[in-house]
This record gives sequence, C-alpha cells and structure tokens, in this order.
Amino acid sequence: MLAMNYRGPYRVRAEQKSAPYIEHPGDAIVRVNRACICGSDLHLYHGLVPDTRIGTTFGHEFTGVVEEVGSSVQNLKVGDQVLVPFNIFCGSCFFCQRELYSNCHNVNAESSATGAIYGYSHTTGGYDGGQAEYVRVPMSDVGPTVIPADLDLDDAVLLTDAYPTGYQAAEMGDIREGETVVVFGAGPVGIFAAKSAWLLGAGRVIVVDHVEYRLEFVRNFAQCEVVNFKEVDDMALHIKKMTDWMGADVCIDAVGGEAAGNLAQSITGIKLKLQGGAATVLHWCINSVRKGGKVSIVGVYGPTFNAIPIGNAINKGLTLRMNQASVKRHLPRLIEHIQAGRIKPSEVITHRMPLEEVSDAYHMFSSKLDNCIKTVLVPPRASLSVAH
Amino acid sequence: MEIPHLPAKPDAGDAKVPAKHAHIKGWGADLDHANRPAYPMERMPARLDGAHSHPPRQQARSVEILQSIERPSITPLFGTPNPPSGLSGMVRRVAFKYSESDLRHWLLLLFADRVNMVEGLGEDLKRGKIPNIFAEMGLKSEFKYNRDAAVRKVVIASVVAGIGVLLWSNSRRHRPERRLRRR
Repeated sequence: MLAMNYRGPYRVRAEQKSAPYIEHPGDAIVRVNRACICGSDLHLYHGLVPDTRIGTTFGHEFTGVVEEVGSSVQNLKVGDQVLVPFNIFCGSCFFCQRELYSNCHNVNAESSATGAIYGYSHTTGGYDGGQAEYVRVPMSDVGPTVIPADLDLDDAVLLTDAYPTGYQAAEMGDIREGETVVVFGAGPVGIFAAKSAWLLGAGRVIVVDHVEYRLEFVRNFAQCEVVNFKEVDDMALHIKKMTDWMGADVCIDAVGGEAAGNLAQSITGIKLKLQGGAATVLHWCINSVRKGGKVSIVGVYGPTFNAIPIGNAINKGLTLRMNQASVKRHLPRLIEHIQAGRIKPSEVITHRMPLEEVSDAYHMFSSKLDNCIKTVLVPPRASLSVAH
Repeated sequence: MEIPHLPAKPDAGDAKVPAKHAHIKGWGADLDHANRPAYPMERMPARLDGAHSHPPRQQARSVEILQSIERPSITPLFGTPNPPSGLSGMVRRVAFKYSESDLRHWLLLLFADRVNMVEGLGEDLKRGKIPNIFAEMGLKSEFKYNRDAAVRKVVIASVVAGIGVLLWSNSRRHRPERRLRRR
C-alpha cells in the first residue's frame, strides 16, 4: 500500500509499504479516504518528538471505510464509514472509566505519562498513522464512530482531533457568561477554540498570532478580535490595556512548543532543545490572564521541562488546566453543533492534495505557503467525493 | 458503533442571547454546564457503548517492544511497526533503562533518532535507492509558492558550498608542501 514515510527531520515521502493486518481480536483495518496533516504533526516533522523512528507513518486525523474486523469486534462491520478519534483507548481502564480516553493506561507500553496516538512516535505507543491507504485501528469497538449519513466527510475528518481539541481548550477554560477569552494561536485548533468560546457564552474573544492571513481567516470565521503580536511590544501589557487593566478571564494556549515571539525561548526551546519547546505562549498566558483567572493548555510540548513563570501563576491564584482532548466524549455534542449549523469545521480546509504529494503538503503546511491553514491528504483510490 | 448521545438538553435559548452577540451563530448554546460534554472532567460512569469492564486481551508480542520502567508489565495493546534495530536500537534500549522523569531517557532517544536518520539513508542506498532529498523536503512547492526565498536559499547554499570546495581544494594543494616542511 502507499503510505507516508518519515525519513528524518523535514524529510517525508510517499512510498509503498506492507499493509497492516489484524494483530488483536479487537482490531479493525480501515481503508482511509481522508487524512489531515495536524499542526502537531509538524513537531514530528521537525524532529522534536523523541523516539520518532525512521519509517513511521504519521497521521492521527483520518476517516475511512472498515475493510476487515477482528474476531471479537461487535460494534463495527465491514463497509462502515467511520471517523477515528486520534486517541487509541481501551474503554475499560481506570482512566477510560472516567472518560479520560486520552489518558488510557492500556495501550502504550513505552510511556506511563502519555496515552496512545496514531502515527505519533513510539513515545505515544508506536502505532502507524492514517496518512496511508490502510491503517490498523485497535480497540475498534470503542474508538471509531460511524459517520452519520448527513455529515460531510470533510467535517467528519475535522472531528477526529482539531475541532474537539479546540472545543476542549475552551471547555477547560470553564468560560462563564460574558468572560473575556484570549486564544493564542490562529491555527485550526485556535480557530475552533475561538468559535467554541462563543458557544460557551464568552463576552469577548481575542485571537493572537503573527500570521496575517490566519488572523484574517479567524476574524471572519469566529467573528473575534485579533492581535498581531509582531505589532505589539509587550504581549501581557497589551492584553491588560485591552481589558481595562485587569487581564483576560481565560487564556488558551493553542500553539505549544514551536511558538515564535521570544528569541531566548526559541533558541533554548527549539534550536538547542534545552527545553521541551519554546514556552513563549505559556509565559503570555500566565502573565496576560487576570488574578484568579484560568489558563487552558492544549498546545503540545516535549516531555522534558519548560521555563515558565510558575511563581506568577501562584501569586495570581490561577487555575491551569490541560490535557489531550478525549475526542470520543465530545463527538455527540459537536456533531449536534454541526448539524444545527452553528459551525462548519470544513471551512478551515484550504488544501486537498493526493497522498502522493505528501512531501509538498508537509512543506507547504510547515512553511505556511499559499495561505495554508489545513491540508487534507487523499489516498489513491479514495475519491474526494466519497458517498456514504 | 452507535454514538452515545447526551441527554437532550435545550440550548441556552435564543431569547437569552445578548443583542451584541446576536450575529454569532450558536452563542451560548453550551453556556449551561450540563451541555458541556467534558464536564465534569472525570465523569462516571463513562458514556461509552461497547466498553468492557475487564481489560483487553493481551496482544501477542511478535517484535521487540521497549517498555517504560514505570510500568510493571507490557500493556495489553501496543504498536508493532519499526521495532528497535541497529545502533539506534541499542541506544534506545539504554534509554529505556531510565525512567521518564530522568532527562537521560529523552536525550538518548533524541540522539537515537538522529542515528536512525543516518541508518535510514544507509538502508535506502542498500536497496539501491538514492533518496531524492530535494523532493522529500517538498522544495518543489517552495519554488512554486515562494520563488524569491527559494532562489535566495539556493544562491546562499551554492555560495557556501563553493567556498567550502575552494577551501578544501586549496588545503589539498598545499598539503605536500607542509609534509615537506615537516621533514
């Protein structure tokens, strides 16, 4: 089968490799028809995630058709059109019993801190991802969701990670009616966090980034205010001035460890890898939020450590909440939002490219060429207009 | 599988939408915490069809799986692609002697990744495949969408490479003289 193949930092290609097979009675094999490149895939692409092995196939945002099921699978059948949450989870462990599916304890031998994610290094379990023609889907009785007939596939593929992660970012901010929410990052997750903040009743939503076309997009998509941090001397001071010197009620980090905006952080966190990524946005969140405010973190950081102003967080009495999104628990409500016309996630898709062009797709996304916001890869034999 | 729907709850209600937010579709639809799907954070019992109360059956181990020493045993499920091999595999095995809270674990894994990259080049050559690094880096798209910057990069790289070649050939030219001088 054709699959994306990681060859080292900034080097990927589409190449033939062995097709996956049933390795456990709970597995399914899914024939992929949509696979997105996620902003967090870029951390792998840039060589920042430890234990990213040569030959790995990335891709944790995908939809497809069930091709084969293991002997114990009861809830899926061959031919089902499914969206597959990016988390692999068992559904029965201590954490899954509490709906913390992203923290499942039964699916990643190589780490105790991290759950399992498709195509996201051996640090998250060593499973291959969906930027391929076929993918192994473990625990298929609990993970995949059959796509409702009235749901567009392009909307469905964004329900596997980007939209739920953005929604959970807003949700972890515990937004109350009328509160001011600042979202750092105007990538797909930040865009969905901004839109979700309104659904949760925010009074004001401000998005911060430095990429002008993305700010323009989010301004229209989420009807929010925008700030280009390159035009601002001091981010925290700027937010204070915008909020009557109080600070925002909620700050959301939708960027993670590859943030621009602070040279010292970029050098120590990204270039020299002395930190688990540049903690620029964490700084901004902690220092821009009001006393007693809430900081929600969904941006991805490395597993080592980061230099952040934890003393300020203590002195301000902040609540910091963070996690990978437990996609499955969000799906019913987020599907309702789409069906009710409150949001159209697929509007963030700017590029649809054949899997064969995966090298160009990654470079364009990484370098933000051609106003790229979200790229969908389509494997050979999967039509862009798959009916279901 | 069927989607386990939340109990039907009405939206906040259009009547409550402040006038200044009337243009925002869905404003306040999830204002009520009961409508928020991940509230409270830990929710029992889980709303999940198809879940079992017992752990999954153990997956058969067909390849070497490295295991965190913060775990008592292998997990029921694991990924099998790209098992550790070669020099990078040896480094990874050493890394897994340290816990996840030990910096050496992560630094060794990052080092192993770089070793593995070189091994990947070797594997390609062994298979008779010369990797097209220009294509793998997607630089065709750079020329298409960011031509000026791409040309600038090529010129700079060419100049740097040219200077390197010049210095190298110059040093070779003078090497016999140095040997003679040493004698």
